[in-house]
Amino acid sequence: MKVVIKNGRVIDPSQGIDGVCDLAIEDGKIKEVKSEKSRGKSQKHENNRGTKEIDASGKLVLPGLVDLHVHLREPGYEYKETIRTGTTAAVRGGITSVCCMPNTNPVNDNSSVTEFILKKAASEGACRVFPIGAITKGQKGEELAEMSIMYEAGCVAFSDDGRPVMDSLMMRRAMEYSRILKVPLISHCEDLALSAGGVMHEGLLSVTLGLKGIPPQAEEVMVARDIALAELTGGRLHIAHVSTEGSVALIRSAKKRGMADVTAETCPHYFSITEEAVGNYDANAKVNPPLRSRKDAEAIKQGLHDGTIDVIATDHAPHHRDEKLGEFDFAPSGISGLETSLGLSMRLVDEGVLTYSGLVEKMALKPSGIIGIDRGTLRPGAEADVVVVDCSREYRVDAGEFLSKGKNTPFGGWTLSAKPVLTISLGRIHEWE
Amino acid sequence: MGLKSKDLIGIKALDAADIEQILDTAAGFKDVLGRDIKKVPALRGKTTVNLFYEPSTRTRTSFELAAKRLSTDVINFSVSTSSVVKGESLRDTALTIQALGADFIIVRHSCSGVAHFLANNLDASVVNAGDGTNEHPTQALLDLFTIREKKGIIRGLEVAIVGDILHSRVAKSNIYALKKMGAGVRLIGPPTLVPDVLRDLDVEIYSDMEKGLKGADIVMMLRIQVERQGKGFFPTTVEYFRNWGLTPERLAGAKKSALVMHPGPMNRGVEISSDVADGMRSVILDQVTNGLAVRMAVLYLLAGVRE
Ligand SMILES: [Zn+2]
Ligand SMILES: [Zn+2]
Repeated sequence: MKVVIKNGRVIDPSQGIDGVCDLAIEDGKIKEVKSEKSRGKSQKHENNRGTKEIDASGKLVLPGLVDLHVHLREPGYEYKETIRTGTTAAVRGGITSVCCMPNTNPVNDNSSVTEFILKKAASEGACRVFPIGAITKGQKGEELAEMSIMYEAGCVAFSDDGRPVMDSLMMRRAMEYSRILKVPLISHCEDLALSAGGVMHEGLLSVTLGLKGIPPQAEEVMVARDIALAELTGGRLHIAHVSTEGSVALIRSAKKRGMADVTAETCPHYFSITEEAVGNYDANAKVNPPLRSRKDAEAIKQGLHDGTIDVIATDHAPHHRDEKLGEFDFAPSGISGLETSLGLSMRLVDEGVLTYSGLVEKMALKPSGIIGIDRGTLRPGAEADVVVVDCSREYRVDAGEFLSKGKNTPFGGWTLSAKPVLTISLGRIHEWE
Repeated sequence: MGLKSKDLIGIKALDAADIEQILDTAAGFKDVLGRDIKKVPALRGKTTVNLFYEPSTRTRTSFELAAKRLSTDVINFSVSTSSVVKGESLRDTALTIQALGADFIIVRHSCSGVAHFLANNLDASVVNAGDGTNEHPTQALLDLFTIREKKGIIRGLEVAIVGDILHSRVAKSNIYALKKMGAGVRLIGPPTLVPDVLRDLDVEIYSDMEKGLKGADIVMMLRIQVERQGKGFFPTTVEYFRNWGLTPERLAGAKKSALVMHPGPMNRGVEISSDVADGMRSVILDQVTNGLAVRMAVLYLLAGVRE
């Protein structure tokens, strides 16, 4: 199959490209990116039969996005999401590679679960799935899981996301041991004693709503601990879903010192909205770590701007409608994020926080580098993961239209402008109006 | 004139005029309660459902009596706390009750926000009888009624609220109500139970009880939940009483005319000494009586909104 995407503004930081180009794809691989100049000469000869031409005039053409932090829920919680629906939603959001967190049932803490996920993804997935294995058996924080066997089965990183490793010695051992694989440990930084019972950011709003607060320090003490352990062990540390100003400062100073191999991610909801979104007990705004203050959100943007934060991931956490209805205290945490991620993140370009290239770095190139996959690029020979984005038309976010089973979003009714209109994933072209 | 919402969820959503109107209406009902025939036909044919997820004989009885004095039918619906998580969903329970034709749903629940949730999902008038650590608006209204009755005016009074502010829905509703009515508010208690951020609501915060009580017109004591002992909020009830218990000596530091209030039930010897609880300046039993009149006023006015 031959495809040419013509006249789009191609953004590919891996090759330093930002300009109107034609992107040629052949046999599922990128063939070439031709700039306007070189294009003029050979245009006539190129109208080969059997080539599908796509006009991307006025649109952006990006490498398919790579999401380091997704909860696909399968196996075990198929009523919330499946590999099929989750990857379909990803593709709708311009994401062509998802890393799925291990907190399924059973937990992805052994190679048979990893193999199940990959098999399912191969037969039903709309995009590539890269499983993340558990650090400890059952995510219980007591014994190391079989990391190298899971690595051979296809795990690209390890994390006890959702149930962080509280025992510092255990975390030290995990970081030391993970060095044999050169893969990152992805740390959900939360001191569970300090956050216990908390359901939102701690502050005046939590007190006046009568909801138990989670102070920013519940995250920051663990960010500090894990950076210290990374310095001690030489292990690779990737800090998940950074939400606070203090965490940004800790990571910035760690990077400056250069003693730890540390990277970090944040999610669109931490720079797009604040604790105010909880409003009158809207459980769709309940997420862990919680939505923070305006100051924190500004610090996250600064961290993205100056490179302290490397990656934008979704922490896509779909839940069933009924679970988010009723008592705020009992609602599970999480936001369905795959289908709003690009639209929300593109606002950072409008605000001058990131350039288009900077954004693609955070959403495609850097995450690929962190897990060591050759994606997030339009280099000739790379997999043809491509997304075409229309930034010219405003649209309203309607959770009812999500392809994800999880309709739990605090962004319903928002007006966004960047929308993927075409995604190429696994050799298939998905087009939408 | 009338209230603006079909529900009474919290003091937060009221303004001074709303509060004033409720208190004035309650004054009228208090006269009725002094008569031989204490019942009025105002809401005959209406149905009130008491939906209590937390046991509370006092509040439930007060609402029940208030509803009956207005001639509504009353159904008591108790749901044990243990079944909250596993049992029927909140929404399903509420819809069932609505299907029974309830006009008023009086709800108490251990989770903040439940009254709000029900109000948004039901046509009936929802009255919050205490949700988690959020609000308990009728308690604050009856406290204000009592203060106004005894002092004539609320504006300009200095009110000290002592105890577990963080977890007290009574304290929260009183803070909002007193500030809206122009009183000064001081919060007194251990720093573990009095969040500093409340200063943003223009209240003073003291951990030293003597300092906090100085010159106060009203001393409002909160019930200390003994279960919090040993959970890191304070070491023992003995030490709590030593630092924040209301004794005659401490009360002497407030104004000579200061009133002592308590929402009940009291822990004598933990937050308040019997000498004070039973003393001349205690208006604790007046609060109970006034609660009835205030709850009648609330139901009566909400019925007016729905009409
Ligand atoms: Zn997490
Ligand atoms: Zn997660």
